Amino acid sequence: MKYLDEYRDPKTVKKLVASIKNITTQPWHIMEVCGGQTHSIIKYGIDQLLPEEINLIHGPGCPVCVTPLAYIDKALAIAAQPDVIFCSFGDMLRVPGSHLDLLKLKAQGADIRIVYSPVDAVNLAQQNPDKQVVFFGVGFETTAPTTALTAYQAKQLDLKNFSLLICHVRVPPIMQALLNSPNHQVQGFLGAGHVCSIMGYREYVPISAQYKIPIVITGFEPVDILHGIYLCIKQLEEKRHQVENQYSRVVKEQGNQPAQRVMQQVFKVVDRSWRGLGEIKASGLALADEYEPWNAEQRFAVATINTQEPSDCRSGEILQGLIKPSQCPEFGKRCTPEKPLGATMVSSEGACAAYYRYRRYQNA
Amino acid sequence: MPDLELSCPLPLQYDQIVMAHGGGGRLMQQLLDSIIQATFSNPILNQKQDSAVLDINGTRLAFTTDSYVVKPLFFPGGDIGKLAVCGTLNDLAMSGAKPLYLSCALIIEEGFAIKDLKRIIQSMQQAAQQACVMIVTGDTKVVDYGSGDGVYINTAGIGIIDENINVSPACIQVGDSIIINSDIARHGIAIMLEREGMNFEHAITSDCADLSGLVQDLIQADIDIHCMRDLTRGGLASGLIELATASKHHIEINETALPIQQDVNSACEILGFDPLYIANEGCFALFVPEAQTETALVALHRHPLGQKASLIGHVKSTHQKGLVTLKTATGISRVLDLLSGEQLPRIC
Repeated sequence: MKYLDEYRDPKTVKKLVASIKNITTQPWHIMEVCGGQTHSIIKYGIDQLLPEEINLIHGPGCPVCVTPLAYIDKALAIAAQPDVIFCSFGDMLRVPGSHLDLLKLKAQGADIRIVYSPVDAVNLAQQNPDKQVVFFGVGFETTAPTTALTAYQAKQLDLKNFSLLICHVRVPPIMQALLNSPNHQVQGFLGAGHVCSIMGYREYVPISAQYKIPIVITGFEPVDILHGIYLCIKQLEEKRHQVENQYSRVVKEQGNQPAQRVMQQVFKVVDRSWRGLGEIKASGLALADEYEPWNAEQRFAVATINTQEPSDCRSGEILQGLIKPSQCPEFGKRCTPEKPLGATMVSSEGACAAYYRYRRYQNA
Repeated sequence: MPDLELSCPLPLQYDQIVMAHGGGGRLMQQLLDSIIQATFSNPILNQKQDSAVLDINGTRLAFTTDSYVVKPLFFPGGDIGKLAVCGTLNDLAMSGAKPLYLSCALIIEEGFAIKDLKRIIQSMQQAAQQACVMIVTGDTKVVDYGSGDGVYINTAGIGIIDENINVSPACIQVGDSIIINSDIARHGIAIMLEREGMNFEHAITSDCADLSGLVQDLIQADIDIHCMRDLTRGGLASGLIELATASKHHIEINETALPIQQDVNSACEILGFDPLYIANEGCFALFVPEAQTETALVALHRHPLGQKASLIGHVKSTHQKGLVTLKTATGISRVLDLLSGEQLPRIC
């Protein structure tokens, strides 16, 4: 397949692995920020190809994993109301709230639908004027523009029966929060390629300079990831720290400016709680004041739901890279994809779920 | 997979049925093991084959049933009628049987268009005629408007198994070659694209087809078939995992040997699906002694449904008993696991 096969080519993979081995002289800890990268690394066994000195830390970039429990409970409270059609991306449905998940609520008769694009939710609202249609907008800057466009469209159409539950998050503040944490081990980042395709990478330059840390914007295929690791190690070995763009076939320095404009119009930056990590300043996106009439939290009076995380899930430590999923005592025992204790076990991009699916029998 | 090997029924974690209980993954296995198999338990059912094999006064009959609830009812490459006939014929064929007779039970929703019903019934008759079987009994019920998705179909079938044929997971042996007759993941993706109204340059058509003729050709060619499995719900991965679990052998397949149409692969990439877990309706895995690999491939290639037949892996004698491993293009090997339920489309 064009644009894919060449990035999965075994010969190129082997060449890159050899190059990485050649330049590595000491142990390095590198964090891949994005859950899509984590999934690729585990699926293709990239970490097993690397020299022992290189430790990959799986970062907090899985949108499903970091959506706080309170928002899942808000989603459940809205979806349970009569005459509501609740629309969500597929992998949010299995994330457990305090007592239930959206799939189980659907089994009890709630009208919950998987959409591929939030624009489908607007269409549903137009087709069902007697229903309240709600879209659950989660994710990083990658999915935020389509949610923004949907809110914009709803306002243009003056849709009264449509609203949005928004829990979008931003990448740069979480990287800073990790670097400010006294226990962190991260020496270099593989930046989230898709996020940067929207936002560009200028906002990472001050982070790299302040913390003296290499940030390599990286794609998602095996060749991309290994090339990103190579560039990152090269910087570390040469004692350089700068922002580099491995994923230049998709990411431009200034990003996608029309997408950024619609986000600025529709959203405001707010403080946001992250599952397992706590509240992080300026890390969230919420609807701007003029879009308040489309805010589902107000319309359905769920803004006050403030569920706290259970204490036995260690996803916070996993998301910070302090432990590997297999080091959690509950991994594969009390915590499985059928009965997850926390969201890192639920989403296909969560580090725990990736380990469970691909690594459970490692030593079988 | 210790949770599937426990002999006592497992406690279910759900008070209500969720969609994943029908998804062909781990939750469905738990439901079958803990309630259905545990209650109906008998030596024939417990073999967990696609068809029950019944010995009646020395004649061996294969007997099977399946319900069809596909949405949309009409899709590129077929419709619910063709599916209901081919699916049951394939279940019979997988036990080595020559299909003889089918039943047809219809559950029709009030308001369903007669012209659509006619089209479906004609499609069933056409598929049955092509396979030289007759639909000899049936039932029709109508339910209230809103209580069904247009029409649901159940078919049951019986077929006869030649006395010298013995096909089952228990016959799988170390060293066996694993062959599939066609490319994978076409049916599931065709349905998904039709359901979501997504269009590609050329429509992806379902592989829905009756495999019984092809299987009879293999039998005629004197292939020593050890086991067959049609790779329907849960796809290639789930089918092989079930066989590895049942036979307690290690199955290894090669990623680079798997035939997948390029447009199907593209659709999987866009939707975030793994083609190994996507349903097929005209694709099966065949286990034969390694020495017969070439003969089997030649026989398959002669039939229109076997043109893309490929050797995809082997049964290994390693300590990884009961597991399926995938050797990736980069030489790394990873275990394929049953999914919890159906695959859900990813956020990004």
